[in-house]
Amino acid sequence: MTQAPQTRRTLLVAGAATFGAAVTTGASGLLAPARAQGLAPTPTMRGGANNYRPGAPIVERIGGGGFWMTGTVRRAGDGAPLPGVRIQIWAHTTEGYERDPQSHGATLTDANGVFRMEMPQIVPAFGQPHGHLAYDAEHDDKGFETVFLRPVMPSARDTSLSAHFVLRPV
Amino acid sequence: MLIWAALAAALTVPVVVAAASPLLAWRDPIYIAAGFAGVVALGLLLVQPLLAGGYLPRLPARLGRRLHAWVGAGLTAAVVIHVVALWLTSPPDVVDALLFRSPTPFSAWGVVAMWAVFAAALLAALRRRLRLKLLVWRLCHITFAMVIVVGSVVHAMLVEGTMGVVSKSALCALVLAAAAKVVVDLRLFADIPRIAGRSGH
Repeated sequence: MTQAPQTRRTLLVAGAATFGAAVTTGASGLLAPARAQGLAPTPTMRGGANNYRPGAPIVERIGGGGFWMTGTVRRAGDGAPLPGVRIQIWAHTTEGYERDPQSHGATLTDANGVFRMEMPQIVPAFGQPHGHLAYDAEHDDKGFETVFLRPVMPSARDTSLSAHFVLRPV
Repeated sequence: MLIWAALAAALTVPVVVAAASPLLAWRDPIYIAAGFAGVVALGLLLVQPLLAGGYLPRLPARLGRRLHAWVGAGLTAAVVIHVVALWLTSPPDVVDALLFRSPTPFSAWGVVAMWAVFAAALLAALRRRLRLKLLVWRLCHITFAMVIVVGSVVHAMLVEGTMGVVSKSALCALVLAAAAKVVVDLRLFADIPRIAGRSGH
């Protein structure tokens, strides 16, 4: 069962050029020309928005910490890193369910488009150890399309997880 | 006696192992109940073919058939508890699963098995009213049973949950073996040409 998540993650890093067609209906028309122009936008993953609570506060870390959620945010096409972008993170952890308010927190990318959020250890829930991340256009004024990600940990013992966004300008 | 002891072990060991899962510490009672309903359902899935095939020693055939019906009802109830308790825990994840748009590959197997459980149970409840030929009825019932077995085993094996990997694999192997044996022994599929020939007249 680690096979599918790994594939998804690898593809995501590579630009999610092919996986998107299966995930987002109607995205294929958008992905094919984007490949020719450069970096393709990351499609929203199935189930990515589940138990999302919009507008979580920007925090230094979620709960007691001990686990790291990391990633990058870049612009589709030229791949330029995007600083100051708000990314919201939530998961089923040792300190709460996905839908609990204390399981949610947001952070901003640094000058290199990198984000790092410390949070409680993610534990397997609904059959997979996984996290959720959102770039929500409603809560960010940078003008990109909303994307929800749902990366899966290769092992439940992992103490970090990464997910990468390539955002498409509206 | 050995078979009874083995059956008791096959049913209780997975539950005991699941009860010791560290994951339980991060779950509330409803989510825990959802998991255990699934474990119990998988155990009952082993009992069903053993009763149907009359493989349990010193169990009168009539009592075995009646038990098969009761265990079937229990299996249906366990599946309902499993799904409802999961829905209470995280509604969007269960809605995704039921609509076959879940990101987790095991969900679709579980949902197909769930519908097959309902279909097999309904077929059993309406047996007299349906007035099907016994052979046709049995063929339908056992077809649903095979969908239940394959769907549930794949579902269980792909889920990373409270069950221990060893006890889960062993129980799944027993479920598959018992189901395969009853399908072979009852020779139901050998009768298909006969049924087809009869309806051709």
